[in-house]
Amino acid sequence: MSLSIKDDEIDIVIGALRPDLTSFMSEWRPIFSRFHLIIVKDPDLKEELKIPEGFNLDVYKKPDIDCLVGTSTSTIFSGYSCRYFGYLVSRKKYIISVDDDCYPAKDNKGILVDAVAQHITNLTTPATPFFFNTLYDPFTEGADFVRGYPFSLRSGVQCALSCGLWLNLADYDAPTQALKPEERNSRYVDAVLTVPARTLMPISGINIAFNREVIGPALLPSLRLGGEGKFRWETMEDIWSGMCVKVACDHLGLGVKSGMPYVWRNDRGDAIASLRKEWEGVKLMEEVVPFFQSVRLPREATTTEDCVAEVANVVKEQLGSKDPIFARAAKAMVDWVMLWKSVGSSTSSPGA
Amino acid sequence: MAEPSTISPAPLLTDELDIVIPTIRNLDFLEMWRPFFQPYHLIIVQDGDPSKTIKVPEGFDYELYNRNDINRILGPKSSCISFKDSACRCFGYMVSKKKYIYTIDDDCFVAKDPSGKDINALEQHIKNLLCPSTPFFFNTLYDPYRAGADFVRGYPFSLREGVPTAVSHGLWLNIPDYDAPTQLVKPLERNTRYVDAIMTIPKGTLFPMCGMNLAFNRELIGPAMYFGLMGDGQPIGRYDDMWAGWCTKVICDHLGLGVKTGLPYIWHSKASNPFVNLKKEYKGIYWQEELIPFFQSVTLPKDCTSVQKCYIEISKQVKAKLGKVDDYFNKLADAMVTWIEAWDELNPSGAKSAELSNGASK
Repeated sequence: MSLSIKDDEIDIVIGALRPDLTSFMSEWRPIFSRFHLIIVKDPDLKEELKIPEGFNLDVYKKPDIDCLVGTSTSTIFSGYSCRYFGYLVSRKKYIISVDDDCYPAKDNKGILVDAVAQHITNLTTPATPFFFNTLYDPFTEGADFVRGYPFSLRSGVQCALSCGLWLNLADYDAPTQALKPEERNSRYVDAVLTVPARTLMPISGINIAFNREVIGPALLPSLRLGGEGKFRWETMEDIWSGMCVKVACDHLGLGVKSGMPYVWRNDRGDAIASLRKEWEGVKLMEEVVPFFQSVRLPREATTTEDCVAEVANVVKEQLGSKDPIFARAAKAMVDWVMLWKSVGSSTSSPGA
Repeated sequence: MAEPSTISPAPLLTDELDIVIPTIRNLDFLEMWRPFFQPYHLIIVQDGDPSKTIKVPEGFDYELYNRNDINRILGPKSSCISFKDSACRCFGYMVSKKKYIYTIDDDCFVAKDPSGKDINALEQHIKNLLCPSTPFFFNTLYDPYRAGADFVRGYPFSLREGVPTAVSHGLWLNIPDYDAPTQLVKPLERNTRYVDAIMTIPKGTLFPMCGMNLAFNRELIGPAMYFGLMGDGQPIGRYDDMWAGWCTKVICDHLGLGVKTGLPYIWHSKASNPFVNLKKEYKGIYWQEELIPFFQSVTLPKDCTSVQKCYIEISKQVKAKLGKVDDYFNKLADAMVTWIEAWDELNPSGAKSAELSNGASK
């Protein structure tokens, strides 16, 4: 049921936090090689990148980032946030982004999961945020809307964001992983579902895809933990960005899906060592979640940029005084919208 | 190769759970469920002709109620219990004395999981009900309390205790629960996808609740599980469980209770006739366009602190706002009140209500 998408409508954006991408790229080659890739090197990474031959790609490093946005601004792209630079410079309609420590996964039948194809299917079939379908994605082969699903809601809305999942090392926070050091996710759940309107969730940046034309500016680097580090356990930037995206999507009538595709996330890092750094993030979520649950955007916010600017305003007013990290995040959001307008391609169209 | 079905060493909640089964045909399907159901007490609600004898397979402990029993026990209030529709099953909820109810249709059989093992659906429902729900924030790895899963990064710790689970909504392999138009367009479609997940339906989100494979905590939510006026003499059918589900979800959201959906699967064997279904559903298909916005906008005042109070309040709003859609909703609103009155009579709060004399029972 998905529209036929041309390969050249897709960019695959990879943030390189480690220099040697050889095995990463080799593992993904069967799936990635058709597409254009944007590789953004973490500006803090000193070593040279090692990238195998045979890909159609552009690589951006610190000098490129400095050149485009200026040396003072380029700091916002440090660490995992380097991928946002890729979103900024992309000119494609769809972006797919996975962390550089993830490999293709296998499904329950042992077949390699084409994460790109699944994300594209998710983005090009409607989402159904206004009523929950108990058989999950009604547009997938072998499924449909169940009895009791109102007919007027069956055409769905445009899907703006597709959130994939992870086998092996799941995206747990440091305390959870530290408590269960041996736990690995081996459960392959064969479903994609729409996250209902007004329902929030922690959107992980490890394996996502989005319609850049429609929601691009809302994926943004803004919340940076004081001790933010180079492991996902030491960041909250994607969780914060995800809240902004979901609020904007709910306001604009766009959909967010969660579920397949899975990627295989390699073991990396030490949860206990990261505990110290991520504790700040864990505490902040206690404020962040009720805050976003209460955000209501005005009718006049009709574009994604409007939504981001409005959220930034409310963050500043309501959270700014609680912790300087929020005041900085609000400013970063405002700066991002300006940056997107000047550097990013044509402004996003209002939600469907 | 299927393994012989294994029964856990001690089936849980055998004294605290009733299995409610509406039937008009026979109960042959119970043979397949015997290993899983035999430790539990059954409440059979016999629909249709009360002079017919429904044979219950040997060895089950059960009560059986036919229409005569329902009329005798409820008197004039029996008008709220549907006739010639499986909606009559809610009578079973009302007369039960147990804390938990599992209800299943008589054309639902034991399914197999992807490894070929028989699924003990009742056991899974019990696990779902005994374990908290998480309606306030969606966990992307689904049920965080399941072995091998947990809350993901970003999930606030203050929300990790969850809330009590009121409803466990199971799914179906083989014949999917489609409405008549969908059945007509896709008569051969079968659900073969085993989705290995249980999830909490978020607060503020409505869903279509199917009564084929459903369990709930009767003490927490029982009075909301009224399956409406359907069948004989009514303009609509096949919306009984939908109606109960929308009321139940609104009340659960208000009272801070959880509703789960997903595992367990049962094997749904019988495809009902889509033309017959279309006649039953046809008004519902139109009406649900009004019903959904209605339920999405229902707000319950703070002083509705019990399920009964919430339910009566909804019945008032049904009359006020849906009465103009069709006079049926005026009757339904009255029936909702009758239901609560009957419920409270049969289930006085505090001491256990007196044993009822019923039809054939063991």
